[in-house]
Amino acid sequence: METLGYLIDGFGVALAPHNLMFALLGAFLGTLIGALPGLGPANGVAILIPLAFTLGLAPETALIMLTSVYAGAMYGGRISSILLNIPGDEPAMMTCLDGYPMAQQGKAAEALAISAIASFMGSLIATVGLILLAPILADFALTFGPAEYFALFLLAFATLGGITGKNPVKTVVAACLGLMIATMGIDNTGVQRYTFGVLELYEGVDFIIAIVGLFAISELLFFIEEKAGGGKEKMAVNKLSLSWAEIRGIMPSSIRGGVLGFIAGVLPGAGASLGSFIGYTLEKKMVGSKGYFGKGDPRGVAGPEAGNNGASSGALVPMLTLGVPGSGTTAVLLALLISMNITPGPLMFTQNADIVWGVIAALLIGNFLLLVLNIPLVGIFVRLLSVPPKYLLPIVTMIAFVGIYSISNTTFDLYFMVAFGVAGYVLRKLEIPLVPVILGLLLGPEMEKNLRHALDISGGDWSVLWNSGLAIGLWVFAGLGLILPYLVGPLLRRRMKVAAGSGGPEGD
Amino acid sequence: MPKTTPLKLFAIAALTVSAGAAQAFEPQGRVECIAPADPGGGWDFTCRSVGNVLEALDLVPASVQTINMAGAGGGVAFAHTVSRRAGNEQLLVAASTATTTRLAQGQFPGMTADMVNWIGALGADYGVIAVATDSEYDDLPELMAALDEDPRSVKFAGGSAKGGWDHLKVLIAAQAAGVDELPRIPYLSYNNGGEAMTQVVGGHVDAFTGDITEAQGFLESGDLRVLAVLSEERLPGEFADIPTAREQGIDALGPNWRGFYMPAEISEDARQYWIDAMDTLYASQEWQDVMTNNGLMPFHMSAGEFERFVTEQIAEIQQLSQDIGLVQ
Repeated sequence: METLGYLIDGFGVALAPHNLMFALLGAFLGTLIGALPGLGPANGVAILIPLAFTLGLAPETALIMLTSVYAGAMYGGRISSILLNIPGDEPAMMTCLDGYPMAQQGKAAEALAISAIASFMGSLIATVGLILLAPILADFALTFGPAEYFALFLLAFATLGGITGKNPVKTVVAACLGLMIATMGIDNTGVQRYTFGVLELYEGVDFIIAIVGLFAISELLFFIEEKAGGGKEKMAVNKLSLSWAEIRGIMPSSIRGGVLGFIAGVLPGAGASLGSFIGYTLEKKMVGSKGYFGKGDPRGVAGPEAGNNGASSGALVPMLTLGVPGSGTTAVLLALLISMNITPGPLMFTQNADIVWGVIAALLIGNFLLLVLNIPLVGIFVRLLSVPPKYLLPIVTMIAFVGIYSISNTTFDLYFMVAFGVAGYVLRKLEIPLVPVILGLLLGPEMEKNLRHALDISGGDWSVLWNSGLAIGLWVFAGLGLILPYLVGPLLRRRMKVAAGSGGPEGD
Repeated sequence: MPKTTPLKLFAIAALTVSAGAAQAFEPQGRVECIAPADPGGGWDFTCRSVGNVLEALDLVPASVQTINMAGAGGGVAFAHTVSRRAGNEQLLVAASTATTTRLAQGQFPGMTADMVNWIGALGADYGVIAVATDSEYDDLPELMAALDEDPRSVKFAGGSAKGGWDHLKVLIAAQAAGVDELPRIPYLSYNNGGEAMTQVVGGHVDAFTGDITEAQGFLESGDLRVLAVLSEERLPGEFADIPTAREQGIDALGPNWRGFYMPAEISEDARQYWIDAMDTLYASQEWQDVMTNNGLMPFHMSAGEFERFVTEQIAEIQQLSQDIGLVQ
């Protein structure tokens, strides 16, 4: 068992005191960010990226912290779903359905505990899945040549809008914007494109600056506009009384949700929202008339929570093995990896084994930390939810500025970040999603490079792009990814809307 | 630039220092080292490892602070050094063959090598040309013969841009082997050597061009076979069985050196101090250990010799780039 050996080494990395400390910090901050309505996990990770640079963390520590943030955000999303009936992020939407009724019946603590346990189960199952599947997929990635990679990137874009995406045209616009920004800089034949003789633009736009600007700075601008000074009203949580029988009762739901969520997460574009949706509907079908879904059934909390946490770990599989993110948040994590000179893909599993397995081990450890954080300490998060954002956002802004400046010590980057912040604000006002912009920025250069390579190898013959079985398969999936949302999407969304009552903020 | 100052004068200056003359330069307070790239790359490593050894040898008063200043493949840092740091005697900037390549191809617009002080080189990573283990090519001449017959028959993958150092190594070798039509040899550029090797090992591209340390992992796993190393003599240690291009009758050299430049307009004393410091560092056991642990091969030049080497390398790369039509 080679994998087991690597995993043990990974635990060695993740259990180092400072790494453990940052995992704990990440889990805590992540839960907090996930709990704040409106700040999804992608935003959360984006906002905390500068923190890693501000603190001057080593690559593995930074990644461990940010994957803990990621896992934490998935846990946190449920808190406001249950207590306020406002999902912290889109995947937590389904948790409202039975979580809020439970809270209304005075069982908020039980709902929070059940959802924490279900989240834990979902993540655990998916992390085990990740451990088993990732090395296999990494070996398989060797068979990917330039043509296959090109088709794979197309697939990533095609499925981007996802089945739950709101407006496919706006998604396309956003992706094109990202691709256009990606053409800036010196291309790989030495030709300058849109550099305007400015040295700082020669290497193109730094993803991290774009991400922090688009997400964190635009968030700040929104805050200023709304003058949202006050916090949420105080919420009361009853004392927890949960029996083993009740925990056993939700286990089958958690396991089913976790497995389904993992599968949904591995598939590009589907993401956590679909994971939690499938988790919920499956539970409803399985339990049938014996359940009282929609009226506070614990299984209705466990299923989708396990599903969305399973999906979030599942989404790491394509990101780590192929360098193609399965969701918005993994796209942000991918940007972080690239900016640390680590190239995701099959090589990372051999050349940066300590980092990959350290991160995977950190996911497992983070899970336990989160379970511990979320059952006894849930009261703290509830109280923090009522801290007015006027205290939180200045801190976020300060971290963003210090972090970006410490990457390459130029004020140019700061101006650039602010410019992206303003752009992000405008885009969000126009309801153009930001994640496709990032994905375009991130995958654009790779896609172009692989297209060039494929044509270089074939001597200019375009048919090289579809002359292997694997490439054809990817093209077919990409085609399906483009068409399916038009057929299935409206149907699914209507059902989710009917089920959830109100639409959530932008998530994965 | 005092290229003509006789070495004897330096020797006398050094003697007076040891005799206790007070006016000689010694760094005070903070010493900075600019790594013209993000953390994690080769320049970052050069700054940090040299900084540590300088500190261990008490050649600097306190620690050496590494500043990452990425942009334009080192161009931002070069421009910064030229325009903002002239006369700063406590600033080192990491450089390598990538720096000279870009200078030669005019990618730092309006800037030339003589705008800074080249202090010294402290080691090198040598170029290799490698193929997958199951490749049909057994040695470099065989590969070159195939290229001579049809320049498009062998496709190369490397970690630098087109016209970058990895691409140039192929051209240097092909030119030495007498291949015509250099511009027609296909070169695919990847983000780094690792990605390029994956494509070679996966059978999508025919040959890999890069540095020996990059190839180490795949060499150990047995997936990659190095046809030739572009060094003067065989490399020490575990690389001793790899033949050089020279011994196969192809006179091609490709050292990717690592070294430093400093701003212009610094005093002669300061310049000499840093040149001596680099010599002392290179001779130290601490640095030799760093080199062994990180796959750096012996390569040392300082002051005038290094400056001449840089000028010559730039001229050579310029010529080659013109030949293949990369620059006019």
